[in-house]
Amino acid sequence: MNCDDVRVLLHAYLDDELGAAESLAATRHLAECDACRQRFDDYARLSGSLRQADLYRVAPAAFRARIASRLPRPATMPRARRRGREPALAALAALFVVAAVFAGWQTAQLRRQGGDALVADAVSDHVRSLLPGHLIDVRTSNEHTVKPWFDGRVDFSPQVKDLSAQGFELVGGRLDVLDGKPVAALVYKRYLHTINLFQWPGNGTANSPRTRDGYHVLEWNDAGLRFAAVSSVAEGDLQAFERAFRAMPAAAGEAAH
Amino acid sequence: MDTVATFEREVMRHMDAAYNLARWLARNDADAEDVVQEAMLRAFRFFGGFRGGDAKVWLLAIVRNTFYTQRSQVPAAGRMDQFDEAIHGGADRDDPQSLLLRAADAQSLHAALERLPPEFREVLVLRELEECSYKEIASITNLKIGTVMSRLARARERLHGELVGKEMAA
Repeated sequence: MNCDDVRVLLHAYLDDELGAAESLAATRHLAECDACRQRFDDYARLSGSLRQADLYRVAPAAFRARIASRLPRPATMPRARRRGREPALAALAALFVVAAVFAGWQTAQLRRQGGDALVADAVSDHVRSLLPGHLIDVRTSNEHTVKPWFDGRVDFSPQVKDLSAQGFELVGGRLDVLDGKPVAALVYKRYLHTINLFQWPGNGTANSPRTRDGYHVLEWNDAGLRFAAVSSVAEGDLQAFERAFRAMPAAAGEAAH
Repeated sequence: MDTVATFEREVMRHMDAAYNLARWLARNDADAEDVVQEAMLRAFRFFGGFRGGDAKVWLLAIVRNTFYTQRSQVPAAGRMDQFDEAIHGGADRDDPQSLLLRAADAQSLHAALERLPPEFREVLVLRELEECSYKEIASITNLKIGTVMSRLARARERLHGELVGKEMAA
């Protein structure tokens, strides 16, 4: 073993990752070569310094709690927003309390009615989205802006369509959680009404429109995705929305997967 | 919910490891939190497909992928510097400088580690701070063990160079 070999291998030697034969050869070389031994000592010291320098960054407690609260729970809690980026934290905190109470009450109502979990969740998400500041994470009427926004935020390619010609204006999108899964939520406006369209990979049985507390929920499948539209618009309008959405070709570059 | 309890027991307990890696990759708190949050949601979603093995390695691989996926969406200009640095950086002529190294305090170590390109930073963080084996690093980074070994050697040489201030000599 010569100095060139040792130059790389001394790191594995230092990390105790060499096989027995190589380890022995490295030991012998280091015993007789001052330059390599000097180098080895240097890197051993560097490695030791890194471990002792208090460089390990632990997760802040508040952040840890926030992540834990984002995991799906039997009682739906409002998702906490990014801290430190919102100017009016106090106002937001007050909103969360309102949202928590309202969402909790809403969930309780829905459970009392014995509605199925997904419809309950979808309506609950919809109601929470109507609270100020909750509706939209990416605000735009441009489908080509909304779609890339979801890349890396969800693990599938959501369908994003401009339906303004049909009277449903795309106003933005956000990430939400439905039935324990991260889902893409598109937000459309029909006059003054908000339509939340949730989508995620999956299949389900086609259902006729269901109504919970005055909100209509419509579910369908398309191209490997499951869709749920929620709104307070008239039932006929929501069905028109579904027809318009399904009839509109997907935006360019959209793969059905 | 059983799944949530199992996820917390198996995966959430590696939150610090996830945060440490994300924080060193992203180099600021806000981006690190974004990465870990998305990684945890992804991990939760894929948890059904996780069949035993080392949950920490599995989670760290997701954290790393999430970071690179997110970063690939920032404008290319901001990234090229780092990759150029990785390609053209002064390489393997580090003469022993033990006296200087001995003086390297925590603050300069921190700064020097932050200056390394991410592919060097991540192997050092995984090895020196997370104390992963080469095999674990190979699983997390999707590299061969031999590549892990040579990259770690390069990473230490680069870090050494940063500390003794002669990395730009070439």
